[in-house]
Amino acid sequence: MGSTSARNDGSTPESTTGGHAGPGRRDLIKRSAALGLVTVPTMAFLSACATGGGGGTSDNPSAATGEKTARNPLGVKEGAPLEAFIFKGGLGDQYAKDAEADYKATYKAEVKHTGTQQVGPKLTPRFAGGNPPDVIDNSGADHLDMNKLSTQGQLQDLAALLDAPSLDDPAKKVRDTIHPSTIEKGKHGDRFDVLYYAFTIYGTWYSQKLLDSKGWTYPKTLDEMVALCGEIKKAGLAPWTYAGKYPYYVHFNLFAQIAKIGGMEKWIAIDNLEPGAWTSNDAVRQVVEHYEELAAKKYFLAGSQGLTHIQSQTAWNKGKAVFLPNGSWVENESAPTTPEGFGMAVGALFDGGGDKMPHGTLRAEPSEPYIVAAKGRNPVGGMELLRIMLSKKHAQNFATKVKSLTCVMDATDGMTLSPGLASASKVFKEAGDNLISLQLQEWYPALTDEKIGGLTGQLLTGELKAADWIKKTQAEADKVAKDSSITKFKRTA
Amino acid sequence: MQHGKYRFIVGFLAPPLLIYAVFVISPFVQAFQISMTDWSGLVGAARFVGADNFVRLWESDDFWNALRHNVYMLALVPVVTLGMGLFFAFMLNVGGKRRKNEVVTGVAGSRFYKFVFFFPQVISITIIAVIWFNIYNPDPDDGMLNSLLGAVGLDGLQNAWLGEKSLALWCISAVMVWGHVGFYVVLFSAAMASIPRDIYEAALLDGAGRFHTFFRITLPLLWDTVQTGWVYMGIIALDAFALVQIMSVNMGGPDGATDVMPLRLYLTAFRDSQFGYAAAMGVAMLAVTMAFAVLTLRFARRERIEY
Repeated sequence: MGSTSARNDGSTPESTTGGHAGPGRRDLIKRSAALGLVTVPTMAFLSACATGGGGGTSDNPSAATGEKTARNPLGVKEGAPLEAFIFKGGLGDQYAKDAEADYKATYKAEVKHTGTQQVGPKLTPRFAGGNPPDVIDNSGADHLDMNKLSTQGQLQDLAALLDAPSLDDPAKKVRDTIHPSTIEKGKHGDRFDVLYYAFTIYGTWYSQKLLDSKGWTYPKTLDEMVALCGEIKKAGLAPWTYAGKYPYYVHFNLFAQIAKIGGMEKWIAIDNLEPGAWTSNDAVRQVVEHYEELAAKKYFLAGSQGLTHIQSQTAWNKGKAVFLPNGSWVENESAPTTPEGFGMAVGALFDGGGDKMPHGTLRAEPSEPYIVAAKGRNPVGGMELLRIMLSKKHAQNFATKVKSLTCVMDATDGMTLSPGLASASKVFKEAGDNLISLQLQEWYPALTDEKIGGLTGQLLTGELKAADWIKKTQAEADKVAKDSSITKFKRTA
Repeated sequence: MQHGKYRFIVGFLAPPLLIYAVFVISPFVQAFQISMTDWSGLVGAARFVGADNFVRLWESDDFWNALRHNVYMLALVPVVTLGMGLFFAFMLNVGGKRRKNEVVTGVAGSRFYKFVFFFPQVISITIIAVIWFNIYNPDPDDGMLNSLLGAVGLDGLQNAWLGEKSLALWCISAVMVWGHVGFYVVLFSAAMASIPRDIYEAALLDGAGRFHTFFRITLPLLWDTVQTGWVYMGIIALDAFALVQIMSVNMGGPDGATDVMPLRLYLTAFRDSQFGYAAAMGVAMLAVTMAFAVLTLRFARRERIEY
């Protein structure tokens, strides 16, 4: 230790307070050296905090475990505290609190709950410091990079959760109660370590009441839609609005429309960042040119490029615009401004020409990624909380509270659903197996949100032509493909 | 009595120095250390990569784009802010009509104006950003600026403001000016109050108008204060993070038109989990800021006027 050597050099304050006029210059220098010696180890200690903590191994000796029984199949340690970090966005966090209350009652344990919109900035230092919370709803604009977390061994393998008996029927495994795409989407490689709890229906949202009152019907094809837009504009309304502040809202429709027309195989090439994946796909041209046409004909509500998602939803709620690209959380999120009897509804993707997927195809995807920290203090408890949330009781509670579906299949059968949710589950049932799921935004948010988002913003204001959008998008995708600092992922289905 | 004087001094200096070393110096040193690694920020392990991050930074169009916007703001925002601050302070202190028994006075109601000018300084920058984001709301009914333009018959000037590529950066710069002018009004007022009244009296007797009084007397005597304000305002223009992060569309958009260095750093660290690269950006920002401060103080030096 450096600090002890300071005492050996004889320059401690006591030895230099003799009859002289105070310590000389040399003593002062010695003292500052001693100060330096104290400081250096302190700094070394601090650096250790920032970059030295945690290891690469995945075993977690400090994790709390208890005895496995029929009622406690994962082996939760009774009384061991649990910490949950829940994204508090469009869905709020009450549904998670309700599940935590059940956990608390069953295992007589303290549950610490944090609801936040900034999962990433708040939890990055905790992961780096080796004391992450047990359960995290890693959602929102500031979420943690799950690819990095997964590849660096920070995520608990959730296979045990999938194989545990479900809470409602001990004869059934959790695996068999949830939608298969949840398991597909939650994998990094062969390892299932992310549970997407909600099930989001993406699409074109509209007011059934408004359409009925004007005698319009939801269009089936892109051409029909453009024709209807003309009618709408003549009636003095804007056909579309969108959240220009977050252009990726437009991608909910734009990307899915490409996948529907061009087929999943070609979309997978895009997800995998294959060379020429955008430029060689004719569906890309078809869809993007269609957006160029919408922009040229001024079918977007003026000023949409400066609106937040909330502002665009409010304008839509007020009947200023007819269509809005969005996800099924919109019903809950826009509830404060939605007028009585609005008749919120969602439509399936439009047909183009020579489509690879049939009419009724829908982008429906598992969402709200829940992760359990492998190095947390109570990973088993974290999984158990998820098992509680996957029960029919909590799935129905979720549907009631936040008007959204969960990954638990058929959980809402027989319930009276709110208009938007009822419409969402109707189109979901109609779509059958024709579901689209996209990975690009999940894997490369910098590419989709910032780069392609910037291009889409310009496309929708008419500053960029479709051909340039495609060329530049391909160039940005190629840049990511070449960038060795970005972890790459591949999918086959 | 010299007895124990140094012990006394060192005793008082050591704790603050230690705190300073631990909480200010050491993070700076660590930033240099981290900028040489590929640290992800999520786990402890990091690999030493030498100057790779700096090479990457040098070749990054995005970072140059962000730096360029900071430089635009640096060229414009301090001039406008300090200029307006000086003008208002002059009007509040010296610009009024002459009254009995007073050589110089401010315009009528100057105390009230001072309060109004200073008000934005009291509000948190986050709240300012949110307020102005809503003022710039493009909706002709809900957006204050657009509905105001509509109300006075200037519909043609209605715009998407923050969503407009050519305007967005200037809309944000305007908020920066709005938020800081008040501080300089108060600062310059205080400095002006210390200028002896008889100098003004002599000038007035010689028949000097407001214009000459300002440029021949007030400004030269205020030079030190202006210079300090310049450095301070320059550093604010080189930051601009909070305003851009909250107000800009698509985080530094549209299409990168409002991106600034600290936002790039934030996204690189927290969105892309590349803390090593982000630390290199931090080091580059430190270099730019230091260069600006040193150059300003070097070239703005004037002979001090004693009075």
